[in-house]
Amino acid sequence: MSSRTNISCLQEAARVAIFGGTHGNEMSGITLVNMWIQNSAEIERNGLLIKPFISNPRAVEKCSRYIDTDLNRAFTPENLSAPDVEGLPYEVQRAKEINRMFGPKGSADAYDVIFDLHNTTSNMGSTLILESSTDLFNLQMVHYIKKAMAPHTCSVLLNEHPQLKYSTTRSVAKHPVGLEVGPQPQGVLRSNVFESMRTILKHALDFIELFNSGVTFPPCTVDVFRVQERMDYPRDTNGNITAMVHPHLQDCDWEPLNRGDPMFLTFDGRTVLYEGANTVYPTFINEAAYYEKQQAFMTTGREILAANAIRKACK
Amino acid sequence: MALLFLPALARMAVCGGTHGNELSGVYVVQEMERQRKEKGEGVWPIPVTTVLSNPRAVKECRRYIDTDMNRCFSRDTLSSPVTDSSPYEVRRAQELNNLLGLKGSTDSTDMICDLHNTTSNMGLTLILCTSSDWVTLHICKYLQTKITKVPVRVLVLDFPISDAYNLESVSKHGFTLEVGPQPHGVVRADIYIIMKEAVDLTIDWIHKFNSGTVFEGGDVEAFKFIKSVDYPRDPETRTLTAAIHPQLQDRDFCLLKRGDPLFFTFSGETVKYEEEETLHPFFINEAAYYEKGIAFHLAKKLTLTIPTVQVQKD
Repeated sequence: MSSRTNISCLQEAARVAIFGGTHGNEMSGITLVNMWIQNSAEIERNGLLIKPFISNPRAVEKCSRYIDTDLNRAFTPENLSAPDVEGLPYEVQRAKEINRMFGPKGSADAYDVIFDLHNTTSNMGSTLILESSTDLFNLQMVHYIKKAMAPHTCSVLLNEHPQLKYSTTRSVAKHPVGLEVGPQPQGVLRSNVFESMRTILKHALDFIELFNSGVTFPPCTVDVFRVQERMDYPRDTNGNITAMVHPHLQDCDWEPLNRGDPMFLTFDGRTVLYEGANTVYPTFINEAAYYEKQQAFMTTGREILAANAIRKACK
Repeated sequence: MALLFLPALARMAVCGGTHGNELSGVYVVQEMERQRKEKGEGVWPIPVTTVLSNPRAVKECRRYIDTDMNRCFSRDTLSSPVTDSSPYEVRRAQELNNLLGLKGSTDSTDMICDLHNTTSNMGLTLILCTSSDWVTLHICKYLQTKITKVPVRVLVLDFPISDAYNLESVSKHGFTLEVGPQPHGVVRADIYIIMKEAVDLTIDWIHKFNSGTVFEGGDVEAFKFIKSVDYPRDPETRTLTAAIHPQLQDRDFCLLKRGDPLFFTFSGETVKYEEEETLHPFFINEAAYYEKGIAFHLAKKLTLTIPTVQVQKD
């Protein structure tokens, strides 16, 4: 809803959650959230309810990605409306519980913002993941964060793809934001990665506090990478991979991949080239958790999104 | 220099997937088996047995199912009675001992090369149980001269062979090829290439040795394990209160002097190395060692002198 001066008035963001351990072996978020559960001083902001929360405690206990099924794919309408019966996969039970506590997804009672903290084995640096190109609040927030983090780069990944978009834990909230920082092996805590994630959250909470205090954020643009396609490894008839990400592509997240560039290297030394017609920007290159999801990397295209000025709506 | 005659190495085993999520070895073994299928037994100049040590853990892409396989090869564990409810890795270790051993007997395989990855920035590290196996040390020297893409270091654990509990203690000679950094569950092409090259060069050395080549002795720089250091932990909950300091992270085998940073706490303080003795840290921030209470190990640098060797003719 716009006023005559083209400022979008948005609802106050009163309730914010910070999720760690959606994947039980992604250590930055788990460590940060546990720290803040013990002592929340660092994340307190005026007029804001901020809840740090471990989303998948059994997976965290085991230091594995999940127990039965990936929690970060579990928030489908089918799962959320499944009856409470015996034998439901642990993560489906957990999704329903999280939906009760922080949702219901899609309703007016849902939390305003959920930050979901993740790590990746890919060389993605600090990445903010958005699910909508029209969520003005989120666009303004990531713009704020990117500016505050500079010269440290924060990339923005937009997954609005009808088939590739998935039902994330954070999607329960009105404004879901994914924080993905890498490279970090699963089960490892790297100091620089931990501190980057901590700083991103600091700026994010600062933004929300400023917004809630009535500050107007002028119109802005945000450079994003929009998800296009999932590229799998070459596989044999048994489904086993027959090649690895090529050394020239490995660690080159966000860099252009052109037709004819090396993409995979077979175990016996042959190069497989990228054959796509257009230049793409690969990301999630060689993420450990995606071998079983048939993904070697994702292709994206560069886009500039525009956001109106925003201000908290007057009551 | 005096010449030492040593017996030929009749058979070598290359073992991958001892830890099921350390993928370079899994794929090197798979590729070697594919080559054997395609080109026949003569594909290598010496007989090579390829083994996927822990197939169930490999299938699930986990370090282990019940217990760490690379601790199951002590004499006690190998001779303990097993049932279907015994830990999987204990049963499998006994199977591998039958295949590649029996440990300590004259029938055991001559050489086991056990392939591992680490999340630590250790380049190619050759891990030996003992500092007096001239054959294995000559292979290390050979790899150090031939491989130039990454640092190649020799690490000796120096525990008595009778106490050894890892896979390579089953054969007459053995060592671990540890390559990193690589996240568990990931196969990086650059790391795979190094691992494959190291295996090929090991086969190459054994073939040359068996054929009569004289390998000149000399000095080999090595690191000897001294002790382990854990993370700072909360005294009650035992949870971590710090991470490896950014100035130590990825600096495996550097020189650690008194006053150098070790850990950076979550409240922003630096924990420093307080000891007088200059040592070398390694296995810095290895994922699998959090549960073992190890942030890094410390080693002393030393020089081993190895004799010139030649195969003993019958």
